[in-house]
Amino acid sequence: MEFHIYPDFFVCAPIFLIILEISDKWIGLYFCLILQSICIQNIVCGGVQGLVKYVLKKLLFMLLSLFILASLTFFLMKAIPGDPFTAEKKLSPEIRALLEVKYGLDKPMYEQYLKYMGGILKGDFGVSMRYLNQDVTDMITQTFTASLKLGIFAILISIVVGVLLGLLAAVYHRKLIDDVTMVVAVIGIAVPSFLLASLLQYVFAFKLGWFNVMGFDGPLDYVLPVAALSASPIAFIARLTRSSMLEVLHADYIKTAKAKGLKWPAIMFKHVVRNGILPVVTYVGPMTANIITGSVVIEQIFNIGGIGKVFVESITNRDYTMIMGITIFYGILLMLARFLTDIAYVLIDPRIKLESRKGA
Amino acid sequence: MKRKSLLVLLTLILAFGTVLAACGSKNEGTGNTDTGSASEGNGLAKDQILKINLSAEPPTLDPAQAKDSQTNTVLKFLYEGLVRIDADGKEAPGVAKDWTISEDGLKYVFNLNPDAKWSNGDAITAEDFVRSWERALKPETASPYAYQLYYIKGAEGYNLSKDETYKGTKITDFSQVGVKATDEHTLEVTLENPTPYFLGLTAFYTYYPVHASADTNDKFFTDYKNMIVNGPFVMDQYAKGQKIVVKKNDGYHAAADIKLAQIDMSLTNSSASELQAYKSGQLDYTGAPNGEIPSDQIPSVKAELPDEFKATGIASTYYYQFNVNEAPFNNVKIRKAFAMAIQRQLIVDKVTQGGQIPAFGFVPPGIRGENGEFRDEHKDDYFTENVDEAKKLLAEGMKEEGYTTLPAVTLIYNTSDGHAKIALAVADMWKQNLGVDVKTENQEWGVFLENRQNQNFQVARAGWSADYNDPYNFLEMWTTGNTNNDSKFSNEQYDKDVKETVKSADPAARMAAFADAEKILIQDEMGVMPIYYYTNVSLTKPYLKGVQLDFSGAIDFTRAYLEEK
Repeated sequence: MEFHIYPDFFVCAPIFLIILEISDKWIGLYFCLILQSICIQNIVCGGVQGLVKYVLKKLLFMLLSLFILASLTFFLMKAIPGDPFTAEKKLSPEIRALLEVKYGLDKPMYEQYLKYMGGILKGDFGVSMRYLNQDVTDMITQTFTASLKLGIFAILISIVVGVLLGLLAAVYHRKLIDDVTMVVAVIGIAVPSFLLASLLQYVFAFKLGWFNVMGFDGPLDYVLPVAALSASPIAFIARLTRSSMLEVLHADYIKTAKAKGLKWPAIMFKHVVRNGILPVVTYVGPMTANIITGSVVIEQIFNIGGIGKVFVESITNRDYTMIMGITIFYGILLMLARFLTDIAYVLIDPRIKLESRKGA
Repeated sequence: MKRKSLLVLLTLILAFGTVLAACGSKNEGTGNTDTGSASEGNGLAKDQILKINLSAEPPTLDPAQAKDSQTNTVLKFLYEGLVRIDADGKEAPGVAKDWTISEDGLKYVFNLNPDAKWSNGDAITAEDFVRSWERALKPETASPYAYQLYYIKGAEGYNLSKDETYKGTKITDFSQVGVKATDEHTLEVTLENPTPYFLGLTAFYTYYPVHASADTNDKFFTDYKNMIVNGPFVMDQYAKGQKIVVKKNDGYHAAADIKLAQIDMSLTNSSASELQAYKSGQLDYTGAPNGEIPSDQIPSVKAELPDEFKATGIASTYYYQFNVNEAPFNNVKIRKAFAMAIQRQLIVDKVTQGGQIPAFGFVPPGIRGENGEFRDEHKDDYFTENVDEAKKLLAEGMKEEGYTTLPAVTLIYNTSDGHAKIALAVADMWKQNLGVDVKTENQEWGVFLENRQNQNFQVARAGWSADYNDPYNFLEMWTTGNTNNDSKFSNEQYDKDVKETVKSADPAARMAAFADAEKILIQDEMGVMPIYYYTNVSLTKPYLKGVQLDFSGAIDFTRAYLEEK
């Protein structure tokens, strides 16, 4: 039985935050519906045979999930008080009416909904209501590129450093290296990224002057944000790797391998790492999605024009089309990440058979 | 890309390394060709690249759609109106080289400078202005600041021609609106009423000319590479959410006045990052109006960088408004008691700490009166802070309403550190001085505005800044039924006074009427409770000169320059 709650949760988290401020009842509603959609998915997914069929079914349910996600977000977003034209200096009613006509907000809700969903089917995400005449698709492409550039480095570093640290800790179990690594890992998990980012910025950019305080122009500008982004995943991966490696190291088949006289490197790479890496694979999917969707805080602190920043701003601005566009985009990304993880899992671990999902 | 980052790195090294900087200061003046004008002056830095930050990305670069200070800052680089506001706050020639105003103040004739050109080389004609103003007023454009053009005869009727609720004369033919191109370089404008501040208004962004191709090209304002503008700078680079770069426009008619070769705008909304970037030399200017210095950092910044710290008064008022239809603030004595029971000096000294001025009126300093400033000519001595008097008024008010205990009062403000601190201080003063418990509640911006604008509040925070230099900008909003009148304040004499100022061409009579209206709003009725007049708190590097801040707090970097460090 697999349990996938986190990716959906990541999609919804920013919306949750806003809703939290407004009313508690919506949270309950939203939660229920998401849990429901997950349950449906798990039940129906069981019993599919063959990789192709499996993939097709998965894709189908991804579409269904997307549809639910889009619909929910649409109505919840409209339930938030205020609209894109709310401002300290109020628009005159005449101008407001003109704007509502221009963006189709004068129509009844269901009509707006149908029109929007129809647009999506044709691949038209509309124009931003805040950034005038800017295609939502363009904005997403541009800002996602920045987040992706940063994210890829963060992911690579997280995996490489995390796995290495975990391996070292496992091999030198109960030795100094193990202790140091694990203390660092606990700190890495416990210290929130905004704190770490501010700290790195203060020490290395401001005090020592090694890097720019903010900006995203040259290769040097990657160092601090990547460090801040990967700290927590490194720590998590290191801990995961260590515990699963330890388990494997004490397994009978390792003893057998040793008894048969296999060389240490061969044991390490043929048996230990291959088996011990599985939990990390599970984690890498959601982590990848989480990182490339952009960290709002880090993007703000280092002034990186990423998608995370735009998403949060779009909610503050009630930029309806932008909120929808990014939510759907995030949804697709996270579901794909989850999907790829599942496939990778099957490929790495031959024990996992698609059919076995039947009873799960 | 690679070369760019190298260049940035080099610039930074130049800025930091003292040895390298010393080398740079030899300044042979030959290597740099595109800063030709810069090498004439003494002590000018070789690299005239200004680095500033905008805390929010401009939502649009279309002058007809602009409405915020970030956009204003950027549009000042890219565009120029008929006049521009100079360092002394006076109207100076812009696209118009001179102008005449008729005796009755109704007719303006602008003579355009024949040297004024679009960035693609086209001449700027009077027809460009007619077409641009028509574009801003067209109902389909839905320009949020179209009302800024309503002073022109027939403009309102044209803008609202599709609005069924509009009662005035509707105009569908733009040729009936009071703006004509009498020849290629002469623009004739006829006003609805004599409007003493009209000339200054033509420097405002809604009045900027827009190139003809914007009418046919949907992507005109988002296709940054090909944007045709008429200001001192042209767009060079635009990375969404990242940075905007403008370069000097060599074809600008007053290019000799422009010393900056380039302006880099970063786009962070983290005020802490912005301040650190400033301190480490990555920015030349920080703070208002395009950003904010965190209020808890102000004391340390003041002590650390006393020569760079500036708090300049601007024409904006910070106030709390009462919902005059909601108990207990439907009673004027209770409103007065609340207004009298706080210590404004203490708030500006201990809480905001940015040199703000305690406010006892609504029209802020900086707004023009008859000869000098309105606030100097009509003092804001409408009431004083007096705890004993406040207690007495509260008791009387409660008696009138038949309360034995005051109904529960909630003060709402939009989520922000600064507003929260002020709200807590005010609530504490009410508790100490009046013995009243006031609940403070922060709300997310959109939620807050929705509540305030629908009168779903008792006391709410608010701020109002100037769009043009006249008391009308501050007093019109409190007339009965005005869309911005969230207090729902209503007073017949007040409405009459404010209306009178529209028709009158006599400056003395106008200002007297404004003063009378303000007295009703504050002294007699206390419809709003003024707290302080804003200041722009900023840090400017000692080598950055020529930055202009106008009365409203809008900033103009176009004439700025960098001196040798």
